[in-house]
Amino acid sequence: MTSANPFIRWLTLAALAVVATVEVFPYVWMMATSLKDLASVTQFPPTLVPRPPQWDNYAKAWSSGPFLRYFVNNAIQTAGILVSQLVLGCLAAFAFSKLRFPGRDACFLVVIACLIVPPQVRFVPLYLLFSHLGLINTYTALILPYAVSALGTFLIREAFMQVSDDIVDAARVDGAGVFTLIFRVMVPMVRPTIIAFSLFSVVYHWNDFFWPLVMTTNDAVRTLPVGVAMLREEGTGARWHIIMAGSMFVVAPVLAVFVVAQRHIIRAFTFASLK
Amino acid sequence: MRSRRARREAWLGYALLAPSLLLFGLVYLYPVVYSAYISLFQWDLITPKRYVGLANYGELISDEFREVITNTAQYSAGVVVLALGFGLILALLLNNRSRASAALQAAIFTSYIVSWVAVSLLWIWMLDPQYGLVTFLLRQVGLPAVNWLGDPYVALWTLVLVTVWKTIGYPMVIYLAGLQAIPTDFHEAAALDGATGWNHFRFITWPLLTPTTLFLLITLTIASFQGFDIVKIMTQGGPITSTVIYVYYIYEQAFQYFKLGKASAAVVIFFVLILLLTLGQWVLLRRRVQYTV
Repeated sequence: MTSANPFIRWLTLAALAVVATVEVFPYVWMMATSLKDLASVTQFPPTLVPRPPQWDNYAKAWSSGPFLRYFVNNAIQTAGILVSQLVLGCLAAFAFSKLRFPGRDACFLVVIACLIVPPQVRFVPLYLLFSHLGLINTYTALILPYAVSALGTFLIREAFMQVSDDIVDAARVDGAGVFTLIFRVMVPMVRPTIIAFSLFSVVYHWNDFFWPLVMTTNDAVRTLPVGVAMLREEGTGARWHIIMAGSMFVVAPVLAVFVVAQRHIIRAFTFASLK
Repeated sequence: MRSRRARREAWLGYALLAPSLLLFGLVYLYPVVYSAYISLFQWDLITPKRYVGLANYGELISDEFREVITNTAQYSAGVVVLALGFGLILALLLNNRSRASAALQAAIFTSYIVSWVAVSLLWIWMLDPQYGLVTFLLRQVGLPAVNWLGDPYVALWTLVLVTVWKTIGYPMVIYLAGLQAIPTDFHEAAALDGATGWNHFRFITWPLLTPTTLFLLITLTIASFQGFDIVKIMTQGGPITSTVIYVYYIYEQAFQYFKLGKASAAVVIFFVLILLLTLGQWVLLRRRVQYTV
């Protein structure tokens, strides 16, 4: 809202400046802390600029636990979930949008029903199932519960429905098999949906703390968010420079993706809700 | 010929759906049914489970659980009201096409996609009673120190503030989309009639945003019910039990006290709550008033 009244305009700008400071400055403080030494972390009054910047805080944080393993585990978890969700989602979405058969709409209702079952309802029973099968501390326990996405299936189906049946028929006349048709013809035509859903899935699971916390009891498949949260528990006293440096391991990749694909991300996190 | 083709299409359909439906059954539907089943047993994972009927639900009618409900209701109400209010104000202030406003929107939205772990750790540090930046700033302007995470009357509201700080970008973006969907003719017509800024908002913007507000009201409520990470990292439910909110309670019962039956009963109640909220959302938004010219 732009106002002609200069007083209101000035007030608006002042309010926005306050908001910008409150929302952004804590991250600046995080960065600054991550580059200080212990003496200046506990110094009073605090200073903003670390002098000299202690880059080896990052090395210290990285080596204060098996962080390479956490990182690799996090990547495997995130990628495994994404690939599975996309492949299974595309197959199901094709059946839901381009094929006619008895029971199709009933099956779709099942997907809609799953849309309203959050992880917080599933973690206790799935923990019991996985511990019964000896699958705690395995990638299966991290990936399988998210291997299908009701939201993803729903969104890809909506997008596939916009693809004209003529194109599907033409491809079939040309002798394209069903996988070629789905992954070579349909998927490229709904790229915006695929990209948006992928970004949502990757950011969500890269950051996910709750699920890996429940499903891991040792470092074998433990992921980065859990590892970073543990930095605080094992530390003694105010090691905040190390903890802030460790936090950057989780934050930095997400920020990098956000800088590159800002518009896509905002859309990814809101378009599902605007349907 | 035609029926053979139809039959082939049906088989293809079932084949393509099979893996998804199997998994949906295993990791979404089975857990709901199994929770309902386990909620009828007493089970600590070590001794064999014992059928106890509805005793676990009876056990939930207790002061302990009532406090969890109160905490969750306060946390949710605080988060929803503040996020809706500030989200709307930010959307109104940033509803223009300038580059500065786009940059600020992006900066505010960033927190929404940053991990809860990093945000929680950052705010423990910011609020540190000895060396925290907030503590320092309050002292600078002569305000009394607040024991943000150590005072049982304050800690829950601290979690509310941090949650709003992190998630405010979401209602802001949704409200911006709602604002941009309002046809400009409405405001032009009102301006011709001599409407002032407040009246524009009161009689055009706010009523036309009703569907957006309802949508946010329910999605934010559901999201805040699911809060867990921030409690686990910032307070572990303390001080005393002042920040034990619903999902954290389930987690404690299941993985710290190994009361799997009781935890499952709490899961069942949680599922019913989410179900009712979602159905409420569908009913409300299906019935939403259409404003067309």
